[in-house]
Amino acid sequence: MRVRPAGERGLLVEVEELETVHRLHAALRELDPPGVVELVPAYRTVLIVAEPDRAGVLDELATALPELELPPAEAVAGETVEVPVRYDGEDLPEVARLTGLEAEEVVRRHTAPEYTVAFLGFSPGFPYLVGLDPALEVPRRDTPRTSIPAGSVGLAGNQTGIYPTASPGGWQLIGRTEVTLFDPARDPPALLAPGTRLRFRVAR
Amino acid sequence: MTGASIVVRNPGLLTTVQDLGRVGLAHLGVPTAGAVDRRAFGLANRLVGNRRDAAALEITLAGPELELEAGGWVALTGGRVAAEVGRRAVPMDVAVRVEPGEVLGVGSVSTGLRAYLAVRGGIGVAEVLGSRSTDTLSGVGPAPLEEGARLPVGDLVEGDPFQQLAPTPRVDPEPLLRAVRGPRDDLFTDQALHTLIDTAWTVSSDSDRTGIRLDGPVLERRRKLELASEGMVEGSLQVPPDGHPILFLANHPTTGGYPVIAVVAGRDLPLAAQARPGTRLRFRLVSVTAARQAAAGAPV
Repeated sequence: MRVRPAGERGLLVEVEELETVHRLHAALRELDPPGVVELVPAYRTVLIVAEPDRAGVLDELATALPELELPPAEAVAGETVEVPVRYDGEDLPEVARLTGLEAEEVVRRHTAPEYTVAFLGFSPGFPYLVGLDPALEVPRRDTPRTSIPAGSVGLAGNQTGIYPTASPGGWQLIGRTEVTLFDPARDPPALLAPGTRLRFRVAR
Repeated sequence: MTGASIVVRNPGLLTTVQDLGRVGLAHLGVPTAGAVDRRAFGLANRLVGNRRDAAALEITLAGPELELEAGGWVALTGGRVAAEVGRRAVPMDVAVRVEPGEVLGVGSVSTGLRAYLAVRGGIGVAEVLGSRSTDTLSGVGPAPLEEGARLPVGDLVEGDPFQQLAPTPRVDPEPLLRAVRGPRDDLFTDQALHTLIDTAWTVSSDSDRTGIRLDGPVLERRRKLELASEGMVEGSLQVPPDGHPILFLANHPTTGGYPVIAVVAGRDLPLAAQARPGTRLRFRLVSVTAARQAAAGAPV
């Protein structure tokens, strides 16, 4: 574990693997240190942000962190969410060409794994998923689209994801889901959370 | 709620409702947003006797024209701007009384970039996820002001309007911003840290509430290592592959994929929030302790 300052009111805690990120995130949520206002997990890090006038809590945390007891991995594994997708994305033929696979095989390989939501970022509710079949790794589009509709399912590099809201983007689009990933009026507003397991299935 | 409204006759260039932002939702990808110049925003609320979490209007460059149906106390702070109500000039940094039905016209910001207009009681639009702020990055919260819109006035008051002139912030033509190195300073060459503090960086026109792009020399990385995305704090100086830093303001995304060489001290973020395109900014590195003391109001 390595702890780095992120300004006067932030600590960036770096660990070896994603599972430890989720265990550390869970332990810190449980601890709920006074003055801490944000805990932001990502691939290898948890960012801790304190209120400006209570940033002293970070010094205590930095000392306590290496001794902090983390819950076991089983205890922090999230629920499994199934996301039905209509695999009729504009870039599906291009993805098939780039991977050398039939379109049906692209879909089969995309729906096969159980993905883990590493974290949410980029925009509200946007999941960074791990678990993509390496055979489906494709480059981003040369020219990003100026608007991608909400619910679009795409591929880029070793990542697959779903756009919660309409936004510009350079991912290769393979399908679309009707599932609402983010709704400010819902509690919790995001369908997914860091650690949630996710399966894509072919929508009927 | 008093039931009174503010009618938007003319929205200005970009006028948004802002408060202290959405806190505690970064792990869901929800940016904090809120006023980018927290100092000017806070002063505006204090002048009209509002609670610190009341919402005010953030005015960018060209101001709005607003009809205050029921009148009330208002205060303008931040970037210098000429304003009038009826034929009377409205001074800045002091609470000013507007009579029912009078129209407040706010002109162009002449020094700085953003002015804040607080109305006694606060802007009473509905909260979304615990804040009334317009999130200009992800579209959460109320839309920017539009002609004909009606803004309710709230009741978040905790004192009387303050009728003495508050001290006017000094405007430095070439602001010097304190910054704490890291968290990813070790990914850069030693020269890059020298370049960061030796350069007068020019604020690019490609800047907004999310962040300001800084033109200048290239900050070289030690290795061309890809960094996995990680959480970002306000004030981060994130360096994309082109080597030109982006200074994240209040509406920054919660995570980013480029390394952060240093983080600007909270105390100096208002200077960045008021930096117009073309302004030159300088940085100097300070310790975490010094940055915290500055935040607590120690002499600058």
